[in-house]
Amino acid sequence: MTTLTATGQRLAAIFLLGCVLLNYPILDLFNKPVEVFSIPLLYLYVFSVWTVLIGLLAYVIESRSGDRRQ
Amino acid sequence: MLHGWVIATGSFAYLGLLFAIAYYGDKRADAGRSLIARPSVYALSLAVYCTTWTFYGSVGRAASTGIGFLPIYLGPTLMAGLWWFVMRKMIRISKVQRITSIADFIASRYGKSQSLGGLVTVIAVVGIIPYISLQLKAVSNSFSILLHYPAIVMPAKVAAQPLWQDSALYIAMILAAFTILFGTRHLDATERHEGMVAAIAFESIVKLLAFLAVGVFVTFGIYNGVGDVFSRAEGVPKLQALMTISSSASSSYGNWWSLTFLSMLSIMFLPRQFQIAVVENVNEKHLGRAIWLFPLYLLLINVFVLPIALGGMMHFPDGTVDADTFVLTLPMAEQQEWLALFVFIGGLSAATGMVIVETIALSTMVCNDLVMPALLRMPWLRLHERSDLSELLLAIRRWAIVGILLLGYVYFRAAGEAYALVGIGLISFAAVAQFAPAIFGAIYWKGGTRNGAMAGLLAGFAVWAYTLLLPSFAKSGWLPAEFVTDGLFGVTLLKPQQLFGLTGLDEITHSLFWSMLANIGCYIGFSLATRAGVAETSQATLFVDALRRSENIGGIPGSRIWRGSAHVHDLLPLISRFLGPDKARESFSDFARRRGVASIEALQADADLVNYAETLLAGAIGSASARVMVASVVQEEPLGVDEVMNILDEASQMRAYSRQLEQKSRQLEDATAELRAANERLKELDRMKDDFMSTVTHELRTPLASIRAFSEILLDDPKTRLHDRERFLGIIVKETERLTRLINQMLDLAKIESGNAEWHATEVDVRAVIDEAVEASGQAAGQLFRDKAVQFDVQQPVTVPPVMVDRDRLMQVVLNLLSNAVKFCADSQGRVAVRLQQQGAALRVDVQDNGPGIDPKDYAMIFERFRQVGDTLTGKPQGTGLGLPISRQIIEHFGGRLWVESAAGQGATFSFTLPLETAARA
Repeated sequence: MTTLTATGQRLAAIFLLGCVLLNYPILDLFNKPVEVFSIPLLYLYVFSVWTVLIGLLAYVIESRSGDRRQ
Repeated sequence: MLHGWVIATGSFAYLGLLFAIAYYGDKRADAGRSLIARPSVYALSLAVYCTTWTFYGSVGRAASTGIGFLPIYLGPTLMAGLWWFVMRKMIRISKVQRITSIADFIASRYGKSQSLGGLVTVIAVVGIIPYISLQLKAVSNSFSILLHYPAIVMPAKVAAQPLWQDSALYIAMILAAFTILFGTRHLDATERHEGMVAAIAFESIVKLLAFLAVGVFVTFGIYNGVGDVFSRAEGVPKLQALMTISSSASSSYGNWWSLTFLSMLSIMFLPRQFQIAVVENVNEKHLGRAIWLFPLYLLLINVFVLPIALGGMMHFPDGTVDADTFVLTLPMAEQQEWLALFVFIGGLSAATGMVIVETIALSTMVCNDLVMPALLRMPWLRLHERSDLSELLLAIRRWAIVGILLLGYVYFRAAGEAYALVGIGLISFAAVAQFAPAIFGAIYWKGGTRNGAMAGLLAGFAVWAYTLLLPSFAKSGWLPAEFVTDGLFGVTLLKPQQLFGLTGLDEITHSLFWSMLANIGCYIGFSLATRAGVAETSQATLFVDALRRSENIGGIPGSRIWRGSAHVHDLLPLISRFLGPDKARESFSDFARRRGVASIEALQADADLVNYAETLLAGAIGSASARVMVASVVQEEPLGVDEVMNILDEASQMRAYSRQLEQKSRQLEDATAELRAANERLKELDRMKDDFMSTVTHELRTPLASIRAFSEILLDDPKTRLHDRERFLGIIVKETERLTRLINQMLDLAKIESGNAEWHATEVDVRAVIDEAVEASGQAAGQLFRDKAVQFDVQQPVTVPPVMVDRDRLMQVVLNLLSNAVKFCADSQGRVAVRLQQQGAALRVDVQDNGPGIDPKDYAMIFERFRQVGDTLTGKPQGTGLGLPISRQIIEHFGGRLWVESAAGQGATFSFTLPLETAARA
């Protein structure tokens, strides 16, 4: 197995977070015919979570390569 | 305005542009200034994942299932988090092992097995054909729609069109030609195509821009923003249902989960993804940027899918227009010609990108892992003797490309109408998912064996074919429809989409479940039940431990387990045959230089060189075939499994250490034992010292007691008679003399024993000493023993060599022995015989008396201090008991020996030796 560096651990954590947030049953919580800013709740939720996950991934990767010049 | 020739010209211009970019990219690569050595380019090239399925099909699926189109893109986003472990390892392994395809990867891990490579290739080809036909369908449909501008006409049923009017066929042929130009201009040892990657990255940008353009147009041009689209859609009840996930079979949570899972696997195991992500990877470090940039791309290209879908549904309410085509038909409906053309180009981009990369990857596999091994097994072709095989390899690949695209067209004609675009694509996803157990096992489980991988792949593929591929044929009429509705031979339990009675799942989830069950079950079961071969075990270690070993990308990997004999002049021609003589010489010179060897001729054909040759070849023909070819010129000696185990076994090191530890502890024990013995001896000596002290004080007290007693008698009684007074005083004098003698002797003995005595060694004539001593003893004998007439008998040679001894001490010894002899010889007719002789390197003196003799059991006792023979019987104090011990000490100091021999009743003989070579003992 690879050595579990801090970066690897954080990325794995983001993976698990995504799995939980973007699946049943959490997903079901937002599966309501409700609108927020005229946008259906479900769509807003999924796209927001998606954006946040990408942001986290970017943050973990870029801050790592920031201190260690690659 | 959008005549056919405009569209055609535009398309060809675009393809020409792509080709120019690829050409330029290759040129830059050859010059060493690579165009694609940037992490952003790598990340963009990964977007080849988005094909016409994304471009057209997402909108179509959104129109029927709302957000159900999205899991395909969420899966890769989630997987990107794990790429840090999985992808990095795969890239590292592939660089070190010079892996050129996914079949190569699997075959290499499980002992460079040709049969496994062939199986993977077959599964890949069969699984991807539907996906390729999807692209053909999309391009031909979009072309025909655009052609009918400004009218919006859905493309006619495919089956109705005659062959020569079917644009899809021409598109397939054009794509085949394009791919051949792109990917088979020459053979590269690493199977990398830098130009192609540059073109793919460019295409990704075009795709994204086109989709964003139409999305912006629909959302802000036709409607008034995102909110407007949704609120208007709310008004339509049919559309309202799309706002949430319903629980129908086609868009339930099970479906959501299985699509996410499938896409997580596909993003790595689709042949085109493996090719771009692993084989074409320039630098492992580019992976970091890709981990977030690629998901961002997916997000951007999907933002407008829902607005477009809803907008389209509202714009074309009565279902005349296929939802798959909204991206094209919406601009057309609004008279936006150039936008429509741009969208068409975008779709073309998506299709060509997929087809080029996928077909190149598949043709490489077909050539290396299917055709070449088969040809090598046919000895009548005499491939081993052909001088140049590179042309043959390229020809095989070109024919493979043509064949694959034709098969794609055939499938399109046969089954293309039965499914919406997305449905076809998912079948392919489920096929490549079968590689997952074998590959994850390859990089994480050393226990995975070739048999396990074979069994798993066969089982998974069979179940996939039965539950997805065959039903797709049945739904398009190639197989009887009863196959799906009633099951095989009418057996309900064998209904391909409700296997063993499992209902309630959509067909993808159903197939995924059963195929994974079969695949993983067989893989694990067979791996555990069989033993791995030697080659497998060494490969397993190299794969699983890849990230742990030191970086050695440049050349030779960590350890190489091989034994055999080879010659450089056999290997060089072999390589030349495949890579061309110039390239081969160049590579070997490079290797020689790195080894510090002057020239190729001076190279040693050892394991490293053979390995290098194999990896060079693997780039051209795959590792399994490379192994066969190299083995044909190298005499390889098979290693036993035990030997391999020993080489790899770290426990042997541990054993060496523990042996050292045992040794050390044994030495420690010995030292402790010695210390204990020394302690015992010291205690013994201490005890002896105490004995000595008590004996000495006793011996001293006895005469002192007599002296005191007689002195007191004399003092107490003044009237003692003179005769008695004389007698008492005589006793007192004798006792004091005895006491003095005792003390002197004790001091003497103590001095000798402790080494403090003074020895003056001179040259001594032993004869003279004996004569002197005899005379003195005779006088003394006469004095002491008036009633004894002792006769002395002396025998000695005329001359004897002198000895270096202390004269006085020697005299002391002789006197002592003589006086003992006199004391104990017979009362009448006492005879004392003295004999001197030379015995070898020593002088020997014997003093013999004819007294009562000494019992052999007393031999040792008489040499002890204060011990005398028979002193208790006679009652007379005959001596101090120290004479013999002192004599022995003296003789031993001279380097000789003093002992006694006797028999009861026959006298005793005391003998001592004096070595002639006495070292001067001062």
